[in-house]
Amino acid sequence: MIPEIGQFALIIALALSFFQGWFGLISAHNNNLKTMSLVKPIVNTQLLFVIVAFAALSYSFLTNDFSVLYVANHSHRALPAFYKFSAVWSAHEGSLLLWVLILSCWTIGVAYLSKNLPEIFAARVLGVLGLLNFGFLLFTLLTSNPFERLWPIPFDGNDLNPLLQDIGLAIHPPILYIGYVGFSVAYAFAVAAMLSGKLDQKWARWTRPWTTAAWLFLTVGIGLGSWWAYYELGWGGWWFWDPVENASFMPWLIGTALVHSLAVTEKRGLFKSWTLLLSVTAFSLSLLGTFLVRSGILISVHAFATDPERGLFILIFLTIVIGGALSLYAYKAPKMDENVGFNAFSRETFLLLNNVLLVVATTLILIGTLSPLVMEVLNLGKISIGPPWFEIAVMVPMLPLLVLVPMGMHSLWINQESEGLYKKLRFPLLAAVISGFVITSFLYGRVGLLLTIGLITALWIMFASFVSFKSQWLLFRSKQSLNRSITGMSLAHFGLGVFVFGVTIVSAFNIEADRSISVGNSISVAGYEYKLNAINEVDGPNYRAIEAEIDVYQNNEFLAQLRPQKRTYIVQQSPMTEAAILAKWNKDLFIALGDSLGNEAWSIRVQYKPMIRWIWIGCIVMALGGMIAISDRRYRKKI
Amino acid sequence: MKPRKQRMLAIGLSAAGLIVASFLTFRAFEENMMFFVGISDVVERQKIPTNKDFRVGGLVVNGSVHREPGSLTLNFILTDNKNELKVLYTGVLPDLFREGQGVVALGRLENNAFIAKSILAKHDENYMPPEIIESLSEHTSDQL
Repeated sequence: MIPEIGQFALIIALALSFFQGWFGLISAHNNNLKTMSLVKPIVNTQLLFVIVAFAALSYSFLTNDFSVLYVANHSHRALPAFYKFSAVWSAHEGSLLLWVLILSCWTIGVAYLSKNLPEIFAARVLGVLGLLNFGFLLFTLLTSNPFERLWPIPFDGNDLNPLLQDIGLAIHPPILYIGYVGFSVAYAFAVAAMLSGKLDQKWARWTRPWTTAAWLFLTVGIGLGSWWAYYELGWGGWWFWDPVENASFMPWLIGTALVHSLAVTEKRGLFKSWTLLLSVTAFSLSLLGTFLVRSGILISVHAFATDPERGLFILIFLTIVIGGALSLYAYKAPKMDENVGFNAFSRETFLLLNNVLLVVATTLILIGTLSPLVMEVLNLGKISIGPPWFEIAVMVPMLPLLVLVPMGMHSLWINQESEGLYKKLRFPLLAAVISGFVITSFLYGRVGLLLTIGLITALWIMFASFVSFKSQWLLFRSKQSLNRSITGMSLAHFGLGVFVFGVTIVSAFNIEADRSISVGNSISVAGYEYKLNAINEVDGPNYRAIEAEIDVYQNNEFLAQLRPQKRTYIVQQSPMTEAAILAKWNKDLFIALGDSLGNEAWSIRVQYKPMIRWIWIGCIVMALGGMIAISDRRYRKKI
Repeated sequence: MKPRKQRMLAIGLSAAGLIVASFLTFRAFEENMMFFVGISDVVERQKIPTNKDFRVGGLVVNGSVHREPGSLTLNFILTDNKNELKVLYTGVLPDLFREGQGVVALGRLENNAFIAKSILAKHDENYMPPEIIESLSEHTSDQL
């Protein structure tokens, strides 16, 4: 009964989203205020029905309704309740439903938070969002219905993939999706602007907070995914250049470019058509990511769902969404650009460079991600592109970009005197160079070219952010209100510096060793002693595990006890490594238990990861910066 | 800067970026492309990339996994149901490495044995890398 209600609610939501699109676009076109006033009520009702559908699926999971195929495939009676709920979005069908729910939430956010939008414009935006939601609901109902029944009803389910029984993976997809889907708002704003043929600085001001919001969720989502992969996949890496990771990184890069180009459009009325193009591209790459992951076209740890029919649907949808927007763009955009000048040495130029470099990086990642597919289609052999390639491909455009960041942050619009900029930045630069050399040579005892450059760049960005923190602090002390735009922007860049710092140190100094260890003996890796006390058998709620009890010593001083496990989940009978991590602010010690080697010996993988926490902390700080920037007063003022 | 100059600058920069990028792409691509080679192709010495790592994949032959007690090094035999290849590996094995399962190994061929740098077995009991299915189905008609 409940699943049928859910399915019915989805069908009604499909119809409503169609009307939302229809009324939104047509009434804006005809300037018909009567039908236009229907759009908001439709948006409300549509969200209500999507919530009903989502609640119905959650209810089926929590009550172990194994007559629902999707529940039977991804849950089990013994599964802890929390994971029963997170299992809702653990696979294709449910994650689509989550996608639809999030899109409806963004839509209602636009409907109620953007009160200063002109009515016609708002109707267009909501109309475009309605059509997007229509596409996804249609996709869900036609190819991936989560409410499909199963007969005969099994006594118990197949259980959730053990890898997904984890807090990191319970919250990673929703946050990531909020980011992905959030770019649909920027897309809708861009399409609405092109439909109306008018794009002014006000438009950029409306679009900015939404884009930044999507960007910050995507940042946190990617960070969470990286953190999860680090501790749960048991390999100790934080980024694998897996196609699915690239699929989230590309919209992030373009989203970052968009955030910066919107700044130029808002403040200076420039880069208009470029901003439109980026808005369309950011969302297109989000969709491409969905296509790559969900069509099963790639082989990777993440691609749990495979079905060619779905791939075809997404491909058609993708063509309509991208093709439609691009033809509109070709038709309208050339008329929009304004002729305003700026000096070659100005903030505009730095932001232009930012955009060029980010787009180059995205293009390279796209090439690296898609070329194995192209080669296979053309029968040129089965290849894979290794991480070293991606590392070079990203570093070449990104390193110059990072070096330019402090200059872009502190330069002026239109025209920047080079002397003024030098005066502002000479202390951060000097401090960065000195502390960079000190840290590499004294703390870590090695000076490498890339290492030193990377470190100095990271510190240069961090110190340059302090310059604006200081001026904001002075404002604050003299009882004036803070400039949240500048504070947020500087904090986000500070986070970037923290991130780069972590990445540089961990890639230069991480130590990884596979060793054989027997009970009662100890091994030494990177200056730490690991003593294996015992191997025990322990039982979890739905798994059995072999657990190693390992004491960690440094200079004969006891640090901690770590208990890595090798779990066997009872239902799926799949073994899984549960790494044990000693996490400190400046390093992680990571142990994964391998197999029994005979003679009471076990294989273990021990890793020393200096500064790895800084990578994720950097992501969080970046997102915080975005949040502060959104809260700036000018976005809430009526214009 | 006048708008036309701006546009020239933007185009010039993008072009320069793309030229560097494509140069890099094609150079580094060559080095970092890893081919997947079927076991029969390896054994019959057809298409092995020289001086470069490549990947092979197949089923681990039942009863072929040997290791000295207490040692991290082990050897096993991979098969595509037609030819067999001996693989040597030192290190921690992935969770789903098991006899009879499909695995992919990355490394080089030395003296008729494959020296693996890493072993991949995917995190799903029923999952079989497509390359392996294909290379197996070339030699078996109805087993898979």
